[in-house]
Amino acid sequence: MPPPLLALHGVCKRFGVVEVLRNIELEIHAGQVLALLGDNGAGKSTLVKVISGVAPADKGSIEWEGRTVHIRRPQEARDLGIATVYQDLALCGSLDVVGNLFLGREIRRFGFLDEVEMERRSMQLLERLTRSVPDLRGPVVSLSSGQRQTVAIARSLLGDPRVLLLDEPTAALGFEQTTEVLDLVDRLRDHGLGILLISHNMGDVKALADRAAVLRLGRNNGFFDVSTTSQEQIISCITGATDNAPRRPAHPEAEW
Amino acid sequence: MGDMPDETRADPAATTESRQRRARRAVTGAVAGWIAVRRHRLSAGELGHLPVTLVLAAVWIIFQCINSTFLSPRNLSNLSVDIVGTGLIAVGIVFVLLLGELDLSVGSISGLAAAVFAVLSVNNDVPEWLALIAAVLTGTVAGTLQGYSVARTRVPAFVVTLAGLLTWNGLMLAILGTSGTVNLDENGLVAHLTSYYFTDAGVAYVVAALATALVFLASFLNRRRRRAVGMAHRPLHTIGVRTGVVGMIAFASAYLLNQFQGLPLALLIFLAVVAGLDIMLRRTPCGRRVYALGSSVEAARRASLSVTGVQTAVLAVSGTLAATGGLFLASRITSVSQNSGSGVLLLNAIAAAVIGGTSLFGGRGTTWSAVLGILVIQSIASGMALTDTPTAVQLVITGGVLFAAVVIDSLSRHTQQAHGRA
Repeated sequence: MPPPLLALHGVCKRFGVVEVLRNIELEIHAGQVLALLGDNGAGKSTLVKVISGVAPADKGSIEWEGRTVHIRRPQEARDLGIATVYQDLALCGSLDVVGNLFLGREIRRFGFLDEVEMERRSMQLLERLTRSVPDLRGPVVSLSSGQRQTVAIARSLLGDPRVLLLDEPTAALGFEQTTEVLDLVDRLRDHGLGILLISHNMGDVKALADRAAVLRLGRNNGFFDVSTTSQEQIISCITGATDNAPRRPAHPEAEW
Repeated sequence: MGDMPDETRADPAATTESRQRRARRAVTGAVAGWIAVRRHRLSAGELGHLPVTLVLAAVWIIFQCINSTFLSPRNLSNLSVDIVGTGLIAVGIVFVLLLGELDLSVGSISGLAAAVFAVLSVNNDVPEWLALIAAVLTGTVAGTLQGYSVARTRVPAFVVTLAGLLTWNGLMLAILGTSGTVNLDENGLVAHLTSYYFTDAGVAYVVAALATALVFLASFLNRRRRRAVGMAHRPLHTIGVRTGVVGMIAFASAYLLNQFQGLPLALLIFLAVVAGLDIMLRRTPCGRRVYALGSSVEAARRASLSVTGVQTAVLAVSGTLAATGGLFLASRITSVSQNSGSGVLLLNAIAAAVIGGTSLFGGRGTTWSAVLGILVIQSIASGMALTDTPTAVQLVITGGVLFAAVVIDSLSRHTQQAHGRA
């Protein structure tokens, strides 16, 4: 079996005195969807930020196709081939769709923005992704939430990434748009991308994910093969109803 | 307002139609298309320069009715020189507003730069050109310092620049020392900035023709490229109408200015700076960064833009333009005093940018809004002076226009967001 596209070993992250992630292990394989599950505040979004370089890890190592790499800035993650769709989408509301897609990697022509080429590629990309292409020259703030989600995913796909991190991509969407996004994720997996999918929706996870990793209170709390594990088992692991859940000390003072 | 690709392709014109009918249809088609696009954008809350243009037209019509010398070539020519100093400062404010920040130090920086120039060239016999460069660089340095502090400490810019306002003002008083007022050389370089006119009528027309040709060439080349790759492009008649409007304004202005003393050097410099910076803001990656950061700092950071770099650069630009504006203001009265850069200058510059349609919330606006805004403010001032209205009334009216501009800005922002939720 080839080494995983991306592997995390013993990753720790703290914000001030709060230890948000502790000794996290994670593997993302090509052509697979890994669901990252956990209660609110379990550290899912922080883990995404660690991998995407927005909030680099304090400790631990990250391996890309078996060799150790350091991700300290968003640029470095992007250069490796890691693309991220954040929960808040991280779009610039007053820029138009084309401006958002190419933000930070504008195509130039004689030092000026090559709007024509950027618009052509945006159109190509969006036509592949969705049936209803939004007005490319309107500001993103006036798009619907489904269209914004499409723009955010399209932006992540521009650099031909190998790993895609999706943080709650369907949380704000209606039924039809959710189906469209899930179909898209399915197609990307078939193209050989490794996908990390954060979701609260067990239906999405069951339908789409190959494996699931559960975080609880900032630690690994189990890995599952989604097709052979029951939904109840996974949920009890998320909520901490299982034996291997890390427990808080009964009396915090006892640790002092 | 730039290129709007959502306009339709030209219909293949029917061969049987007479040329005349075709031409008429082309014009009405272009106007109808323009109105359709406008209406779509207006309903989405993108007002652009429309409100300020209407206000400006109203102000001009009202004053012309009260006093028929208001729209005389002499008054308009003076107006076009009067707007330059504050206008340049307002352009710098536009940059800072695009980030969603505010620069309160521009008045003090303009006074400081003027003082540096005056003391160097008049009191210390430094050549004028060298003193001029030193003065402008003073503004750049002051702006850079402030920008870097804002980026590093993450203190809002208006607080940092408030500290700057006091500091630079103190520095200016120290530089001027006991002398108080310094009179500039009436025939010097800086005095000529606002007193030189291209008396040859040809110059104004050549500039107007060049500007029109550039506008036409830019839209035409853009259309050709878009057509070559098979994308929706602007029909030729739209480009024709657009160029026609620009040409009409340019040549009418040239004609008017030639009726008095010709094209003022100050106006030429001002328009060149505004046009150049507009291209930089909207057509280069650097400018795109400013809009992105003003729209969402977090999104810009995650797109690996250098937040520190952009914030520093923007306040440096604002400082530089403030210094340049200060020199033009000093040039207009050929003297520098302890009052330089004080009073309503700062407020007028900020008001001009906002009245022109630059959003207080960041991410929306162009350098042209500074021109339109300062035209409104200066027109009110000039009209009031002509009609002997007391300053008190002038302040109240300018305040009213500013308030209206802010309300329009806020409303259009809400409309945009509501549009998105629908």
